[in-house]
Amino acid sequence: MEDLLTLGGRSIKSRLLIGTGKFASYPLMKKALEAAQSDIVTVALRRVDTGSKADNILEYIPKSCVLMANTSGARNADEAVRIARLAKASGSGNWIKIEVVQDNKYLLPDNLETLKAVEILAKEGFIVLPYMSPDLSMARRMQDAGAAAVMPLGSPIGSNRGVKTRELVEILVREIKVPVIVDAGLGSPSDACECLEMGCAAVLVNTAIAIARDPVAMARAFKEAVSAGRTAYLAGLASSGSVASASSPLTGFLRDETR
Amino acid sequence: MILTLNGKQESIEKPVTLDALVTAKGLCPDKIVVEHNFSIISKEDWSKVTLKDQDMIEIISFVGGG
Repeated sequence: MEDLLTLGGRSIKSRLLIGTGKFASYPLMKKALEAAQSDIVTVALRRVDTGSKADNILEYIPKSCVLMANTSGARNADEAVRIARLAKASGSGNWIKIEVVQDNKYLLPDNLETLKAVEILAKEGFIVLPYMSPDLSMARRMQDAGAAAVMPLGSPIGSNRGVKTRELVEILVREIKVPVIVDAGLGSPSDACECLEMGCAAVLVNTAIAIARDPVAMARAFKEAVSAGRTAYLAGLASSGSVASASSPLTGFLRDETR
Repeated sequence: MILTLNGKQESIEKPVTLDALVTAKGLCPDKIVVEHNFSIISKEDWSKVTLKDQDMIEIISFVGGG
Protein backbone atom coordinates (compact mmCIF):
# COMPACT_ATOMS: atom_id res chain seq x y z
CA MET A 1 0.00 0.00 0.00
CA GLU A 2 1.32 3.42 -0.90
CA ASP A 3 2.41 5.52 2.08
CA LEU A 4 0.58 8.82 1.69
CA LEU A 5 0.30 11.82 3.96
CA THR A 6 -3.28 12.89 4.60
CA LEU A 7 -3.32 16.64 4.93
CA GLY A 8 -6.10 19.14 4.43
CA GLY A 9 -8.37 16.43 3.08
CA ARG A 10 -5.89 15.43 0.39
CA SER A 11 -3.56 12.50 -0.03
CA ILE A 12 -0.07 13.90 -0.40
CA LYS A 13 2.72 11.82 -1.86
CA SER A 14 5.75 13.97 -1.05
CA ARG A 15 6.73 14.66 2.54
CA LEU A 16 9.01 17.47 1.44
CA LEU A 17 7.34 20.89 1.31
CA ILE A 18 9.37 23.58 -0.40
CA GLY A 19 9.58 27.32 0.10
CA THR A 20 10.24 29.53 -2.91
CA GLY A 21 12.23 32.38 -1.35
CA LYS A 22 15.87 33.28 -2.01
CA PHE A 23 16.34 31.40 -5.31
CA ALA A 24 18.66 33.22 -7.71
CA SER A 25 15.99 33.10 -10.42
CA TYR A 26 12.51 31.72 -11.06
CA PRO A 27 13.71 29.31 -13.78
CA LEU A 28 16.24 27.87 -11.32
CA MET A 29 13.52 27.59 -8.68
CA LYS A 30 11.32 25.76 -11.17
CA LYS A 31 14.03 23.19 -11.85
CA ALA A 32 14.57 22.68 -8.12
CA LEU A 33 10.83 22.19 -7.53
CA GLU A 34 10.74 19.62 -10.30
CA ALA A 35 13.76 17.81 -8.85
CA ALA A 36 12.20 17.76 -5.38
CA GLN A 37 8.86 16.46 -6.71
CA SER A 38 7.11 18.34 -3.94
CA ASP A 39 3.35 18.50 -3.81
CA ILE A 40 3.09 21.59 -1.58
CA VAL A 41 4.91 24.84 -2.29
CA THR A 42 4.86 28.02 -0.23
CA VAL A 43 4.81 31.59 -1.53
CA ALA A 44 4.58 35.02 0.11
CA LEU A 45 2.46 38.09 -0.67
CA ARG A 46 3.95 41.53 -1.06
CA ARG A 47 3.05 44.94 -2.41
CA VAL A 48 3.72 45.14 -6.13
CA ASP A 49 6.46 47.42 -7.30
CA THR A 50 4.49 49.44 -9.83
CA GLY A 51 7.70 50.38 -11.60
CA SER A 52 8.95 46.85 -12.23
CA LYS A 53 7.97 44.26 -14.78
CA ALA A 54 8.82 41.25 -12.62
CA ASP A 55 7.71 37.85 -13.81
CA ASN A 56 4.75 36.10 -12.25
CA ILE A 57 6.18 33.49 -9.88
CA LEU A 58 3.11 31.29 -10.29
CA GLU A 59 4.13 30.54 -13.86
CA TYR A 60 7.22 28.80 -12.50
CA ILE A 61 5.43 26.55 -10.03
CA PRO A 62 4.20 23.21 -11.41
CA LYS A 63 0.42 23.27 -11.80
CA SER A 64 0.14 19.98 -9.91
CA CYS A 65 1.44 21.61 -6.71
CA VAL A 66 -0.78 22.84 -3.92
CA LEU A 67 0.04 26.50 -3.43
CA MET A 68 0.31 27.53 0.21
CA ALA A 69 0.65 31.25 0.85
CA ASN A 70 2.35 32.30 4.04
CA THR A 71 1.44 35.27 6.18
CA SER A 72 5.01 36.46 6.56
CA GLY A 73 5.16 40.12 7.48
CA ALA A 74 2.23 39.74 9.89
CA ARG A 75 2.97 40.97 13.41
CA ASN A 76 -0.35 39.96 14.93
CA ALA A 77 -3.41 37.81 14.28
CA ASP A 78 -5.36 40.54 12.49
CA GLU A 79 -2.58 41.12 9.98
CA ALA A 80 -2.24 37.38 9.38
CA VAL A 81 -5.98 37.09 8.77
CA ARG A 82 -5.87 40.03 6.36
CA ILE A 83 -3.01 38.48 4.39
CA ALA A 84 -4.74 35.09 4.31
CA ARG A 85 -7.91 36.63 2.87
CA LEU A 86 -5.88 38.49 0.24
CA ALA A 87 -4.14 35.25 -0.71
CA LYS A 88 -7.47 33.49 -1.08
CA ALA A 89 -8.84 36.35 -3.17
CA SER A 90 -5.95 35.92 -5.55
CA GLY A 91 -7.36 32.53 -6.47
CA SER A 92 -4.46 30.54 -5.08
CA GLY A 93 -6.72 28.30 -3.02
CA ASN A 94 -7.37 28.10 0.68
CA TRP A 95 -4.14 26.66 2.09
CA ILE A 96 -2.41 29.07 4.40
CA LYS A 97 0.73 28.91 6.48
CA ILE A 98 0.25 31.17 9.48
CA GLU A 99 3.43 32.99 10.34
CA VAL A 100 3.20 35.71 12.96
CA VAL A 101 6.53 37.17 13.98
CA GLN A 102 7.36 40.20 16.06
CA ASP A 103 10.96 39.35 16.77
CA ASN A 104 13.10 40.39 13.84
CA LYS A 105 16.35 39.02 15.23
CA TYR A 106 15.41 35.34 15.59
CA LEU A 107 12.12 35.39 13.64
CA LEU A 108 10.58 33.27 16.37
CA PRO A 109 6.80 32.95 16.09
CA ASP A 110 4.26 34.50 18.42
CA ASN A 111 2.29 31.40 19.40
CA LEU A 112 -0.59 33.30 21.00
CA GLU A 113 -1.29 35.56 18.01
CA THR A 114 -0.79 32.55 15.74
CA LEU A 115 -3.45 30.64 17.66
CA LYS A 116 -5.91 33.54 17.32
CA ALA A 117 -5.37 33.56 13.57
CA VAL A 118 -5.84 29.78 13.37
CA GLU A 119 -9.17 30.06 15.21
CA ILE A 120 -10.49 32.70 12.80
CA LEU A 121 -9.19 31.21 9.56
CA ALA A 122 -10.13 27.59 10.27
CA LYS A 123 -13.71 28.77 10.85
CA GLU A 124 -13.59 30.53 7.47
CA GLY A 125 -12.73 27.25 5.79
CA PHE A 126 -9.02 27.75 5.30
CA ILE A 127 -6.65 24.79 5.54
CA VAL A 128 -4.43 26.24 8.21
CA LEU A 129 -0.86 25.23 8.97
CA PRO A 130 0.62 27.27 11.82
CA TYR A 131 4.36 27.85 12.09
CA MET A 132 5.02 27.72 15.83
CA SER A 133 7.44 27.23 18.66
CA PRO A 134 7.21 23.58 19.72
CA ASP A 135 5.05 23.90 22.80
CA LEU A 136 2.70 21.03 23.63
CA SER A 137 -0.13 23.08 25.16
CA MET A 138 -0.16 25.49 22.26
CA ALA A 139 0.04 22.68 19.72
CA ARG A 140 -3.01 21.09 21.37
CA ARG A 141 -4.85 24.39 21.21
CA MET A 142 -3.92 24.83 17.54
CA GLN A 143 -5.19 21.33 16.84
CA ASP A 144 -8.43 21.96 18.72
CA ALA A 145 -8.88 25.24 16.85
CA GLY A 146 -8.84 23.36 13.55
CA ALA A 147 -5.21 23.44 12.39
CA ALA A 148 -4.62 20.88 9.63
CA ALA A 149 -1.08 20.33 10.92
CA VAL A 150 1.34 21.97 13.31
CA MET A 151 4.67 23.26 12.08
CA PRO A 152 7.23 23.56 14.87
CA LEU A 153 10.53 25.19 14.04
CA GLY A 154 13.75 23.18 14.07
CA SER A 155 15.87 26.30 14.61
CA PRO A 156 15.53 29.95 13.55
CA ILE A 157 14.36 30.57 9.97
CA GLY A 158 17.20 30.49 7.47
CA SER A 159 19.78 29.59 10.11
CA ASN A 160 20.51 26.10 8.70
CA ARG A 161 21.25 24.90 12.24
CA GLY A 162 19.14 21.75 12.16
CA VAL A 163 16.70 20.29 14.70
CA LYS A 164 17.79 22.08 17.86
CA THR A 165 14.27 21.63 19.24
CA ARG A 166 14.36 17.86 18.83
CA GLU A 167 13.16 16.82 22.29
CA LEU A 168 10.21 19.20 22.19
CA VAL A 169 9.28 18.18 18.65
CA GLU A 170 9.38 14.53 19.71
CA ILE A 171 6.80 15.28 22.38
CA LEU A 172 4.52 16.80 19.73
CA VAL A 173 5.00 13.75 17.52
CA ARG A 174 3.90 11.52 20.39
CA GLU A 175 0.99 13.61 21.61
CA ILE A 176 -0.48 15.54 18.67
CA LYS A 177 -2.89 13.82 16.30
CA VAL A 178 -2.56 16.14 13.30
CA PRO A 179 0.62 15.87 11.21
CA VAL A 180 3.74 17.44 12.72
CA ILE A 181 5.78 19.17 10.02
CA VAL A 182 9.15 20.63 10.98
CA ASP A 183 9.49 24.04 9.40
CA ALA A 184 12.51 26.31 9.53
CA GLY A 185 16.17 25.86 10.25
CA LEU A 186 16.79 22.55 8.49
CA GLY A 187 20.19 23.02 6.90
CA SER A 188 21.07 19.67 5.39
CA PRO A 189 19.37 16.57 4.03
CA SER A 190 20.45 14.71 7.19
CA ASP A 191 18.44 17.21 9.28
CA ALA A 192 15.36 16.44 7.19
CA CYS A 193 16.05 12.72 7.44
CA GLU A 194 16.30 13.02 11.23
CA CYS A 195 12.84 14.62 11.40
CA LEU A 196 11.24 11.87 9.36
CA GLU A 197 13.06 9.17 11.34
CA MET A 198 11.61 10.52 14.58
CA GLY A 199 8.10 10.33 13.16
CA CYS A 200 7.43 13.79 11.85
CA ALA A 201 4.95 13.67 8.99
CA ALA A 202 6.93 15.99 6.72
CA VAL A 203 9.39 18.88 6.59
CA LEU A 204 9.33 22.31 4.98
CA VAL A 205 12.65 23.45 3.50
CA ASN A 206 13.56 26.65 1.73
CA THR A 207 16.90 28.33 2.43
CA ALA A 208 19.01 25.16 2.52
CA ILE A 209 17.93 24.36 -1.04
CA ALA A 210 17.64 27.87 -2.46
CA ILE A 211 21.12 29.05 -1.52
CA ALA A 212 23.00 25.78 -2.05
CA ARG A 213 25.71 25.93 -4.71
CA ASP A 214 23.52 23.66 -6.86
CA PRO A 215 19.91 24.07 -5.72
CA VAL A 216 18.60 21.47 -8.16
CA ALA A 217 20.94 18.75 -6.89
CA MET A 218 20.25 19.81 -3.30
CA ALA A 219 16.51 19.54 -3.90
CA ARG A 220 17.05 15.98 -5.09
CA ALA A 221 19.23 15.22 -2.05
CA PHE A 222 16.50 16.48 0.30
CA LYS A 223 13.91 14.40 -1.52
CA GLU A 224 16.01 11.27 -1.09
CA ALA A 225 16.77 12.05 2.56
CA VAL A 226 13.08 12.56 3.36
CA SER A 227 12.24 9.31 1.65
CA ALA A 228 15.02 7.44 3.53
CA GLY A 229 13.93 8.93 6.87
CA ARG A 230 10.32 7.96 6.32
CA THR A 231 11.24 4.41 5.30
CA ALA A 232 13.42 4.09 8.42
CA TYR A 233 10.60 5.33 10.64
CA LEU A 234 8.18 2.82 9.16
CA ALA A 235 10.79 0.06 9.47
CA GLY A 236 11.11 0.78 13.20
CA LEU A 237 14.48 1.99 14.41
CA ALA A 238 16.49 -0.48 16.49
CA SER A 239 16.92 0.50 20.14
CA SER A 240 20.13 2.15 21.29
CA GLY A 241 22.22 1.20 24.33
CA SER A 242 25.15 2.49 26.33
CA VAL A 243 27.33 -0.63 26.05
CA ALA A 244 28.28 -2.86 23.12
CA SER A 245 26.08 -5.63 21.85
CA ALA A 246 28.11 -7.93 19.62
CA SER A 247 26.74 -8.42 16.16
CA SER A 248 28.84 -11.55 15.54
CA PRO A 249 28.36 -14.74 17.58
CA LEU A 250 30.32 -14.85 20.86
CA THR A 251 31.00 -18.61 20.59
CA GLY A 252 33.17 -20.78 18.36
CA PHE A 253 36.30 -18.60 18.43
CA LEU A 254 39.43 -20.20 16.93
CA ARG A 255 41.25 -19.82 20.23
CA ASP A 256 38.65 -21.88 22.04
CA GLU A 257 40.14 -25.18 23.19
CA THR A 258 38.22 -28.37 23.20
CA ARG A 259 39.02 -30.59 26.13
CA MET B 1 -6.87 64.48 -4.93
CA ILE B 2 -4.50 62.37 -2.90
CA LEU B 3 -4.49 58.56 -2.77
CA THR B 4 -2.33 56.27 -0.68
CA LEU B 5 -1.14 53.50 -2.98
CA ASN B 6 0.91 50.77 -1.32
CA GLY B 7 1.79 53.11 1.51
CA LYS B 8 2.89 56.00 -0.71
CA GLN B 9 0.91 59.14 -1.36
CA GLU B 10 0.04 59.84 -4.95
CA SER B 11 -1.69 62.81 -6.43
CA ILE B 12 -4.13 62.30 -9.29
CA GLU B 13 -5.94 64.98 -11.25
CA LYS B 14 -9.42 63.54 -11.67
CA PRO B 15 -11.41 60.65 -10.19
CA VAL B 16 -10.55 57.28 -11.72
CA THR B 17 -11.85 53.77 -11.27
CA LEU B 18 -9.70 50.99 -9.83
CA ASP B 19 -9.76 49.45 -13.27
CA ALA B 20 -8.21 52.57 -14.79
CA LEU B 21 -5.64 52.83 -12.01
CA VAL B 22 -4.46 49.25 -12.61
CA THR B 23 -4.18 49.92 -16.33
CA ALA B 24 -2.38 53.22 -15.79
CA LYS B 25 0.18 51.47 -13.59
CA GLY B 26 0.79 48.88 -16.30
CA LEU B 27 -0.14 45.96 -14.03
CA CYS B 28 -1.32 42.58 -15.25
CA PRO B 29 -4.77 42.03 -13.70
CA ASP B 30 -4.25 38.27 -13.50
CA LYS B 31 -1.40 38.40 -11.02
CA ILE B 32 -2.58 40.98 -8.52
CA VAL B 33 -5.07 41.41 -5.71
CA VAL B 34 -6.50 44.81 -4.90
CA GLU B 35 -7.64 46.07 -1.53
CA HIS B 36 -9.57 49.35 -1.32
CA ASN B 37 -9.91 50.90 2.14
CA PHE B 38 -9.24 47.46 3.69
CA SER B 39 -11.87 45.67 1.57
CA ILE B 40 -10.78 43.18 -1.07
CA ILE B 41 -12.27 44.13 -4.42
CA SER B 42 -12.69 41.33 -6.93
CA LYS B 43 -11.50 41.94 -10.47
CA GLU B 44 -15.04 42.06 -11.84
CA ASP B 45 -15.83 44.97 -9.54
CA TRP B 46 -12.79 47.15 -10.24
CA SER B 47 -14.70 49.18 -12.82
CA LYS B 48 -17.46 49.88 -10.28
CA VAL B 49 -15.16 51.51 -7.72
CA THR B 50 -14.35 55.17 -8.29
CA LEU B 51 -11.54 56.39 -6.11
CA LYS B 52 -12.04 59.31 -3.78
CA ASP B 53 -9.66 61.67 -2.04
CA GLN B 54 -7.77 60.02 0.86
CA ASP B 55 -8.61 56.48 -0.31
CA MET B 56 -6.14 53.74 0.55
CA ILE B 57 -5.27 51.16 -2.06
CA GLU B 58 -3.06 48.13 -1.68
CA ILE B 59 -2.03 46.18 -4.75
CA ILE B 60 -0.24 42.96 -3.97
CA SER B 61 1.03 39.86 -5.72
CA PHE B 62 2.85 36.64 -4.96
CA VAL B 63 6.61 36.52 -4.51
CA GLY B 64 9.00 33.81 -3.39
CA GLY B 65 8.74 32.92 0.28
CA GLY B 66 9.15 30.05 2.70
